[in-house]
Amino acid sequence: MAEGHDHESQGEHGKPVVSYRTMNIAVSVMLMIVAMIVMVASYRLGAGWAKDVGPDSGYFPFYVSLIMFVTSGVTLLQHLLMRHREGERVFLHYREMMMVLQVLVPTLIFVVLSIYIGIYISMALFIAFFMMWHGRYPWYKALPAAVAVPVVLFVLFEIWFLVPLPKGPFEAWLGY
Amino acid sequence: MDAFLSLLHGFEVLLTVSNLGYMLLGILFGVLLGFLPGVGGANGIAILLPLTFSMPPTTAIIMLAAIYWGALFGGCISAILFNIPGEPWSVATTFDGHPLAKQGRAGEALTASLSSSFIGALIATIVLTFLAPIVAKFALKFGPPEFFSVYLLTFCSFVGMGRQSPFKVISAMMLGFAFASVGTDEITGGLRLTFGTEVLLTGFHFLIAVIGLFGIGEILVTIEKGLHFEGQSSKINPFIVWQTWKKLPQYWVTIIRGTAVGVWLGVTPGGATPASFMSYGLAKRFSKNGSKFGTGQLEGVVAPETAAHAAGTSALLPMLTLGIPGSPTAAVLLGGLLIWGLDPGPLLFVEHKDFVWGLIASIYLGNLVGLFVVLSTVPLWASIMKIPFAIIAPIIIVICGIGSYTLSNAPADLVFMVMFGVIGYLFKKLDYPLAPMVLAIVLGGRTENSFRQAMLGSQGDLSIFWSNGLVGSITALSMVMLFWPAITWLYRRLR
Repeated sequence: MAEGHDHESQGEHGKPVVSYRTMNIAVSVMLMIVAMIVMVASYRLGAGWAKDVGPDSGYFPFYVSLIMFVTSGVTLLQHLLMRHREGERVFLHYREMMMVLQVLVPTLIFVVLSIYIGIYISMALFIAFFMMWHGRYPWYKALPAAVAVPVVLFVLFEIWFLVPLPKGPFEAWLGY
Repeated sequence: MDAFLSLLHGFEVLLTVSNLGYMLLGILFGVLLGFLPGVGGANGIAILLPLTFSMPPTTAIIMLAAIYWGALFGGCISAILFNIPGEPWSVATTFDGHPLAKQGRAGEALTASLSSSFIGALIATIVLTFLAPIVAKFALKFGPPEFFSVYLLTFCSFVGMGRQSPFKVISAMMLGFAFASVGTDEITGGLRLTFGTEVLLTGFHFLIAVIGLFGIGEILVTIEKGLHFEGQSSKINPFIVWQTWKKLPQYWVTIIRGTAVGVWLGVTPGGATPASFMSYGLAKRFSKNGSKFGTGQLEGVVAPETAAHAAGTSALLPMLTLGIPGSPTAAVLLGGLLIWGLDPGPLLFVEHKDFVWGLIASIYLGNLVGLFVVLSTVPLWASIMKIPFAIIAPIIIVICGIGSYTLSNAPADLVFMVMFGVIGYLFKKLDYPLAPMVLAIVLGGRTENSFRQAMLGSQGDLSIFWSNGLVGSITALSMVMLFWPAITWLYRRLR
């Protein structure tokens, strides 16, 4: 826990990156885009009454996304028309953003790696990396944890529960 | 009387070595999940669910439900000792719990909170025992229109009772329904919204959504605050426990009020979190010591905890009787029922008596065992909290990943999990509620099917939802709930 800090003092978090207003606008626009895509796809599928089926396959998703389009539109308008002072509350400071990215990016890499080289090797790399980068641990402290966790989980899942997890060349070399 | 005999039968089902063993395992695991920030009951149960596929359903539900009780208990430990709510429903517990710990009265605070949780759960379980069979019997007469109207009421209640912007509530809910629609259309058997890709053929599994939204999303929110734990000492011994127990009866009004709020918000899908806040707020307003709340009042710990636990328990009532979960964790349990091949709803009480009553019996015993297990192991949990987050966080993420993968051995699910994690992070920070979204993903298929069957029955005439007194009043109530924010807004305008 290298970076414990008080939540109230703003200066420590670094420069503000993005405000709540901007994020609210961005998310409602994204929801509207998703709604539009689903609406078009459902409409093509048939969003009306089909003989013997009743409401067709696309009926439910079409109206669901229509409602989503409208409500997200209202949220969008609310934040576009919002008085400035209220909306400029900071959503993320620079330091906070780096913290989140420091977790999110390695997680994404871990997930994609486990599809290709197996989950055990990926988690060893992930845990070691996380401890050394995020927790500033020296390698001789990170290494035991990075080896122990996959070994324990391997025994637990592959041998005890007989639940296969994604494996790669290394496990194949071991004979699994 | 019937219910009582059934309950005895339930205990008979429960009292086998393996069932009791799994129950204890579940409680311990649940406490661990409950008190670690970043993981909770819903996502812990979601991760473990695939491991129960080979178990008998009764054993599986007993273990998973025990995780739920454990998590309900565990949340208050970190709230009181570290001022960090392990679960959203223990936020209100920090208000008075942590000041108590700072005064060196952590033992009292923990005893009061755990014991009042237990009382809340016990009363809610008694209500469940006697009310559930009646509701189930009544619901046996339900057809598609009635079921749809009940689903409608469930979802509209989120709009009427949520603290968030009603537009955001509806957006989040509809996004959930849209996710639920992807894949195979259950009625026509055709594919929809797969956009020609193979990975979307089977749709989005709600467990992946739960693990992502509540697991990964929570970790992202937690890490942003740069957590560092500053714990208070956790001195607790039988003498302190006994002394605190002697004080508890004087808070009987708070306890009863908290339980009533909890049971009500648990049955209607409000869930444990709003229940704990509402109970704390009411206690603050009506207590003699109300003005001292926030400085370390035992009553301020008792109020939210009774309500949270009562809500968590009574959330099972609509889940078992109608197939409608009252909380996200109950939603995951409902998903488990579907996977084990059981059809949640009134027929469960007729066709799977062992399952239902074994579960209900396990709630009684699980909470009692949980109380004593947690009381005696507080120092152990407090020491786990000293493990830095930089070690715990990657392990939690790895376990979330394993949980997602084992569900259907689909690598794409891992990527979806991270996607839901990002959605969870954004929604949480922007005040889009996650509970209605999760419920929409879980119930989307059933809601849609009941609507389409009702429509087919009436040949597209929407008036079927007003066709008799029962369905009409539920639909009308739904509309009141849906437009409640607008009604209150108008009322305030006109005044």
